[in-house]
Parts: sequence; C-alpha cells; structure tokens
Amino acid sequence: MALREIISTGNDLAAIAAVDAGCRFFGGYPITPSSEVMHTISDLLPAVGGTAIQMEDEIAGVAAAIGAGMAGVRTMTATSGPGISLKAENLGLAQMAEVPLVVVDVMRGGPSTGLPTRVSQGDIRQSKNPSHGDYKSITLCAGNLAECYTEVVRAFNLADRFMQPVFVLLDETIGHMHGKAMIPTEEDVKAGIVPRKTFEGPAEEYFPYECAPDQPAVLNPMFKGYRYHFTGLHHDKKGFPTEEIETCRKLIQRLEDKVEMHKDELESYEEFHVEDAEILIVAYGSVSLAAKEAIRHLREAGIKAGLFRPITIWPSPAERMYELGKKIPKVLCVELNIGQYREEVQRAMSRLDIEGLFKVNGRPISPYEIVNKVKEL
Amino acid sequence: MAFNYDKYLRLEKMPTLWCWGCGDGVILKAFIRAVDKLGISRDDICVVSGIGCSGRFSSYVDFNTVHTTHGRTVAFATGIKLVNPDKYVVCVAGDGDALAIGGNHTIHGARRNIDMTLIIINNFIYGLTNSQTSPTTPQGMWTVSQKAGNIDPTFDACALGIAAGASFVARETMLDPKKLEKIFVKALEHKGFSYLDIISNCHVNLGRKNQMASAMENLQWIDKITMPKKKWDELSVEEQKNIFPTGILKEDKEAAEYCDLYAEIIKVHQGKRKPLTQNDFAKKI
Ligand SMILES: Cc1ncc(C[n+]2csc(CCOP(=O)(O)OP(=O)(O)O)c2C)c(N)n1
Ligand code: SF4
Ligand SMILES: [Mg+2]
Repeated sequence: MALREIISTGNDLAAIAAVDAGCRFFGGYPITPSSEVMHTISDLLPAVGGTAIQMEDEIAGVAAAIGAGMAGVRTMTATSGPGISLKAENLGLAQMAEVPLVVVDVMRGGPSTGLPTRVSQGDIRQSKNPSHGDYKSITLCAGNLAECYTEVVRAFNLADRFMQPVFVLLDETIGHMHGKAMIPTEEDVKAGIVPRKTFEGPAEEYFPYECAPDQPAVLNPMFKGYRYHFTGLHHDKKGFPTEEIETCRKLIQRLEDKVEMHKDELESYEEFHVEDAEILIVAYGSVSLAAKEAIRHLREAGIKAGLFRPITIWPSPAERMYELGKKIPKVLCVELNIGQYREEVQRAMSRLDIEGLFKVNGRPISPYEIVNKVKEL
Repeated sequence: MAFNYDKYLRLEKMPTLWCWGCGDGVILKAFIRAVDKLGISRDDICVVSGIGCSGRFSSYVDFNTVHTTHGRTVAFATGIKLVNPDKYVVCVAGDGDALAIGGNHTIHGARRNIDMTLIIINNFIYGLTNSQTSPTTPQGMWTVSQKAGNIDPTFDACALGIAAGASFVARETMLDPKKLEKIFVKALEHKGFSYLDIISNCHVNLGRKNQMASAMENLQWIDKITMPKKKWDELSVEEQKNIFPTGILKEDKEAAEYCDLYAEIIKVHQGKRKPLTQNDFAKKI
C-alpha cells in the first residue's frame, strides 16, 4: 500500500480519514477534547458535497447522524465521554435497527464533567455498553497519529460490514498530538471501501432483517423503491414491531452472533518484543507509546519486557491474550483509568494475578513510571 | 366515490392498535388524503415518528418510515432531510414527545426552518403510558401522576412554534377532517418548517377521569376549547386565555430554508462564492 506523509493532529486526521472513507454526513456538538474533529470536518464535508451540522446537543447530534445512516449515507459523530452518556439511548437504537455509524470518542477525565482538558482512558467500559440491553459493541483504539486515520477508515468499513455503530477511541494526548504521520493515499483508501450490502431484487421480496443467524441486516437506502420500517422495538423481518417469542429471541441472538461469530474479521493488535518476554505490558492508546519507550530502557537494563497492544478493544483479542497469559509469568496493565481493561485481561487470560499501573489524575504516564513499576515486580 | 386508502396503508397492520374512537386514525386518514392530493409518490416521502400512541403512525403508512426514540423525532428527521433535500420528510410526535422530552429538538428544528412538517398529535396527556401529565394537560385536570389535580401551567404549543421561528404554524382539530386534510396539504407544500398542533382526543387516558369518558364527550370538550382564529381575535384577552385559536397562525414564505442555506455553504467550500456575512442575511430579514 502506498503511503503519504502528512503533518497534522490526531483529531484532524480522524476528520480527514472520515471524508476519504466516504463519510458524507456529520452530526455533532462541541466538547473538549474532541471539538476539532467537528471543526475540521465542517470544512471538509461541504467541499465534497456532504453535510456537517452542529446540533443542539449530543442526543440530536447522534440522532441526525443515525438518520443520515438510515437514509443510506456513511455518517459519523464525534464527542467525549459526557457526550457518549447523552448519545447512549440512540446508540442503542442504532444497534437494534442495525444502522451503521462511526463514533469518535476523544477521552477525557471522568466521571461527570471530570477533567475536560486532560487525558484519560476512562471510556473503555462505556464504549462496550453505552446503552442498555444485549448487543455486541465494536471498539477500535488508535495508538498513534497514523492510526487516528487508519482506524477511522477501518471503522467505516466495519460499520457497513456489521451494520452497527463502531467506536474509535482516541485519548486527549493522541487527539491533540501534532506531528508527522505516514498514512495511506486517498486512492488506496477509496479502493478499499466496501460499502454496505444492498438488495437488488423486486421490492416484494425484500426483507431487510431476514438474514442468516450470523449476518447483519441488509438495509437499502431510502427513497429507492424499497419501503420498510426502522424501529428500536423488537421487530420482524420487514422491520415491524413484534412480540412473537421466537422472532424476538432470534433477533437479539443474531445481534450478538453477527459479531461474536466473526471476531476474526475484527481482531487487531500489535506485539512489541513479545517473543522472549518475561514480563508482558498490556497498554493501548497513548499509553502504549510510553510503554514502548519503557521497554527499550528495560531491555537495555537486561529486563525482558514486551508489549501487547490491543487495537480492537471490543471484542477483545481474547484468544491471543490467553496464549500469552499462559506462557508469560508476569503481566502488567498500564491504563489511564483504574483498571477498566485489566478486568478484560483477567477474563481473557483466566488469571487474576495481573498487576496494574493506573493513573486517574488527568496526567499522562511517563516511561520512567512504567520502568520503575516493572522493576518493582 | 369514497377515497381508497389501501394504496397508502400497510394493510397487514390493520386494524390499528389505537383504541376505538381514538383521534389518531382520523389524523392518519386526513394525512394520507393530503399526500394523495399532492400526488406525492410513496417513495419520495419519509415519515418519522416518536414513541407514544402517536408514534404508531409511522408503522401504518407504506412510506419510508422510522420509529425513533422518545422525543428525538425532529433530530433524526434532520439527518434524513439534509442528505435528501428534495424529499418530503414528516415528523409525527405526541405532545409529550414533541414538547416535553423532545422540546429542545422541536425548538431548534423550528429555529433552523428546515423544510419538514412536524405534526404534533396533541391529546393533552401521555396516552401510551396511561395518563401521566403532559406539558399541554390543562391545569386542574386529574392525571395519574397528579391525582390531586395538575398544577403545572398549560403549554401553548403554537406559541412555542412561532417564537422558535417555524415559518408555518397552524392548529387544527380532528373534529373537522376536511380542514385537517387542507392544513396538511398547505404544510406539505410550504417550504420551511411547518409546525402543526393537531388537537386530538384520548377519551381513554385523559377523558375517563376528567368527566369525558366517551369519545363523544372528549370531542365536545375539544370543540369548546378551540375556535377559528378570526373569531378568537374578537374575544377579550381574558376570554382568549381558555381557548386555542385554530387555522393558520403564521405563514412566512420569505424565510430562508436551512437546506437552501447549506447549499450556499457548499458553494463557499467549493470556491463558487464568497463566505456568507451578516449582510447576506440583512437583505432577507
Ligand atoms: C426515554 C424514555 N422515557 C420514557 C418512555 C416512556 N414513554 C413512552 S411514550 C411516553 C409518553 C407518551 O405521551 P405522548 O408523547 O403525549 O404520546 P401519546 O401516547 O399521547 O400519543 C412515555 C413517557 C420512553 N419510551 N422512553
Ligand atoms: S390511549 Fe388514548 S391516544 Fe392512545 S390509542 Fe387509546 S385513545 Fe388513542
Ligand atoms: Mg399525548
């Protein structure tokens, strides 16, 4: 794949990626540290004939974005934790009605208004279950500038493949990071676009929600002769509300299975000096940059440390973590929260002795803190 | 010849789940006749509804239809419309839906003057969830959440629409289906945000405990509390307080429409015109 060099910020790269990936609608509401995504996309979208609108609140921002998605357009919203809290109910509707959508969440300190301008990774759990009920979230996490671009592009293709919202988590450090990144060319990104499936046969034979038990709905764009119904209620094959026992069970089971049974298409992680590691650091997002730096120092001091960095956070790369957990004696989770992903690492590795280095005061974790922590173990 | 609704209805969904004598059905039929009168293709219109008895509206009409979350109708519709500026987008919401939980979206949809029609089916109560107070419930009425009498001041839906900036604001009741049909035609034809307060009955959940348990009694009450705007204008300020004026209350054909304005933004970003300034608007206002 051909690469191009770009000097930009994480937030700007997310906006550029969206437009390159074919996004044509953005609905949002300003919130630090994500606002620049909206600022930038508000210039980029109209230039390509798309639309960006600042709505009256986050609820409306995501609602408008989902509306555009229902109409058949690639669509996005961007926010931070408090905004996700407000968007939660409508994200549930998008899960239930299977509307593709990309949600960029640039994480700041929480709970509540928290630390608006400071870094955090406090939305790991929130991005798994923002709304009530059963469904399976897809969450990607950018670990460097280039991934602010590539993961947003991937998110659009996954949203259309799985027909549901896809989260891309940036943290404040990555979102506001400014520097050089090598990203795929626009032509390559365009060539890689896989749009959502559509039904081409006669309208009478079109049942958007009649699909194999492990496959997503096939939702045609509006206004093209295929009239059907969107609802957040349990629904039948045409989208109409129903309480029929089997139909209800199958629907929710399918929402789970369409992701669960195709986890291999989602899995993405990076390993750094893992082969001979005696201590495994698990870190993601900006923290992984500090972890890599720490590992270089540790190796110089003769300590065999390695990094496992999940890029797809949900569903987690559980099988790979299990393998690593079996053979590596010590595991340390380093997170800008109080251990939200450690729970998942414990589950995936089937072991409770996972050490933690956590920070929740809005400050980044330095490589030296990680070095010192590892030396203590 | 009697009008044949079959073409526009999802017949497999009939009969509707609405109670016998509910006004929602009258409104649905008048709306269908208006769509037919204008010759709008079923593929060129999207009906977006909220949650409530009124929310069922969208599942009965054979258009592109969306049943959203409670109160968010106008916000979803805004996304649909902005990516399809040449299609008809119609919101159907209850009084609780549009004025309580969704009040913010109602205000800002009207303020933007985006080209869509908002039909508020105003039955003065939360129908679906069994008789809780709505913003339009008259003071003093019994509701299940205010059994000692509703103390919340009564909301005038149209006053909100006018103040918020909708360019077409009207009120009609389900008592006169012909007038309803006419107002729907006008609203659909109007370019801009058409804001309709359509007064309906809920004898079941408003009427039963407020001395109008039959549909007929509920309808008589609606007749009593409404009056054509022309006649209403002649009332004293004191008399006007308890009566809602009906008919077209505001019609501004000059107001700039949001999708049109956004088309100008596109031109700016494509280098086809200079950025908009306050002067561009001074000319219009
Ligand atoms: C977030 C949320 N809160 C509450 C409800 C429960 N609920 C459903 S409809 C409704 C009120 C309906 O009243 P109205 O909007 O006037 O519609 P009507 O049934 O009278 O047509 C309520 C409170 C819900 N579905 N979602
Ligand atoms: S409860 Fe009221 S609003 Fe709902 S269907 Fe019955 S009469 Fe109509
Ligand atoms: Mg009501």
